[in-house]
Amino acid sequence: MFEKILIANRGEIALRIQRACRELGIKTVVVHSEVDAEAKYVKLADESVCIGPAPSGQSYLNMAAIISAAEVTDAEAIHPGYGFLSENAGFAERVESSGFVFIGPRAETIKLMGDKVSAKDAMKASGVPCVPGSDGALPDDPKEIIKIARSVGYPVIIKAAGGGGGRGMRVVHTEAALLNAVTMTRTEAGAAFNNPTVYMEKFLENPRHVEIQVLSDQHGNAVYLGERDCSMQRRHQKVIEEAPAPGIPQRLITRVGEACAAACRKIKYRGAGTFEFLYENGEFYFIEMNTRVQVEHPVTELVTGIDIVQAQIRIAANEKLWFKQRDIALKGHAIECRINAEDPFKFTPSPGKIIGYHPPGGPGIRVDSHVYAGYTVPPNYDSMVGKVIAYGDTREQAIRRMRIALSEMVVEGIKTNIPLHQDLMLDERFMDGGTSIHYLEEKLAAKDAATKGNQ
Amino acid sequence: MDLRKLKTLIDLVQNSGISELEISEGEEKIRISKSLPAQAQATTYMVGAPAAPAIHAAAPAAAPVAAAPAAAAEPEGHAVKSPMVGTFYRSGSPGAPAFAEVGQTVKAGDTLCIIEAMKLMNEIEADASGVIKAILVENGEPVEYGQSMFIIG
Repeated sequence: MFEKILIANRGEIALRIQRACRELGIKTVVVHSEVDAEAKYVKLADESVCIGPAPSGQSYLNMAAIISAAEVTDAEAIHPGYGFLSENAGFAERVESSGFVFIGPRAETIKLMGDKVSAKDAMKASGVPCVPGSDGALPDDPKEIIKIARSVGYPVIIKAAGGGGGRGMRVVHTEAALLNAVTMTRTEAGAAFNNPTVYMEKFLENPRHVEIQVLSDQHGNAVYLGERDCSMQRRHQKVIEEAPAPGIPQRLITRVGEACAAACRKIKYRGAGTFEFLYENGEFYFIEMNTRVQVEHPVTELVTGIDIVQAQIRIAANEKLWFKQRDIALKGHAIECRINAEDPFKFTPSPGKIIGYHPPGGPGIRVDSHVYAGYTVPPNYDSMVGKVIAYGDTREQAIRRMRIALSEMVVEGIKTNIPLHQDLMLDERFMDGGTSIHYLEEKLAAKDAATKGNQ
Repeated sequence: MDLRKLKTLIDLVQNSGISELEISEGEEKIRISKSLPAQAQATTYMVGAPAAPAIHAAAPAAAPVAAAPAAAAEPEGHAVKSPMVGTFYRSGSPGAPAFAEVGQTVKAGDTLCIIEAMKLMNEIEADASGVIKAILVENGEPVEYGQSMFIIG
């Protein structure tokens, strides 16, 4: 087992990784930018290294600084968290060639899944169902492009191979708009991802976002830890996540879960990962794989009892998974609300000093947050200040507990989206369960229209 | 950890060339550091389940990269700060004369030190002219971004 791990991230995930390290008796080195010097996990670390000024490009994305910090502190492994360099194959490679263990998949796996075209090909070869589409990159010939779109059937979506996470996409409803859309997406992709390759998929009108969590060790064992429903999104950012996904027959989960585990074994996946799907009309369609721990991992931890971050560390230390697929059974229901420092209805960011902070607690409530009274939320990074997760024997109990928790929670000095979450916990369609990925934006748009109508 | 043991450790640090001593036994941890020229200060002491003891003694006058108690107050002047994470060296190679000594007059642009990062040697130049009032980092010590290395007055 490692003696010292360098945590190359910030915010709540840095604290989460630190907690897993401490539980395993591993010393932590936390790297931080100048504005994060007062972070809770920096204070709790065995060692901390300032790696740069506030801008991410000079700090949390600064590969040389991070690896240098690992060198001067004699860390053995680097945990990249999520975001930042966690899915950067070049970083993973440099970490390992510098003599450290990268806590995550091998660089070539990250590369494979980072290119959305090669990821789909790999999944198809492993029997994972994919969204019907162009079967590879779109050719240059306009006649071919039109032919492919006709066979896929409108509406279609053009996606950048180097994109992902909602970036580099364009929906096309009619043939007249097709070629222009392809050209524009190619140009944007070239600029944003340095890769103009695009592919086409059938655009699903009202899908849910359902994902499968996997853990795969270096001894050929791969297990899926059930599913999560992350359909409550705004601009491709998840707002609420839950496990299990309401109303999906277990046999469908088992079938897709086993396909994901088989894919992991085939590509020799190492560590934790998530297969993201669109689910519509009883069918799963693979869209992309996230080769890192995700923000919403706690809901899976609560319903399975498996510590996913600890598993990442143990897998990286070459341990075998300590459980088999038959040991995994989802029990109860967990819901996570992402707490952001933003205006709850205008969504404008609200960084600044938190002058009062009372987190909720009690049975079935877990709070993953790095903030404290007196902490200043810096404006330089994403606005998430914490996550509140409610667990219950049933979905209804989890929702009731979340309502209570949100009513108890106080964050003074900045605005947060707690009022939005309180609204959603009382939303009838949410309480029914199974809303599509468009639901939240439609609800917000309707609310906007109603407000304007009343003026 | 009993008081007698604690006193023995404090005396040990006080009477030796060790500037900092950290001992952890399971969840119990104690760090004693001696800041020049003053007396030893006992710091963090936490109690928990005992396990196999591990002792780390810092090398003479080396300080950990973590927030260490500040030594004597910095003299007035312009602080030359480290632009990167790495290992600080006073000279271009072992045995070679140091680039800068206290009392030396330097011009902006003169090389003051080397910071080694990922096997690359980076020459760090003075960003002000004047006299070196203080050198705040020991040869071979790690430095972090923004850490003060030289005071030029």
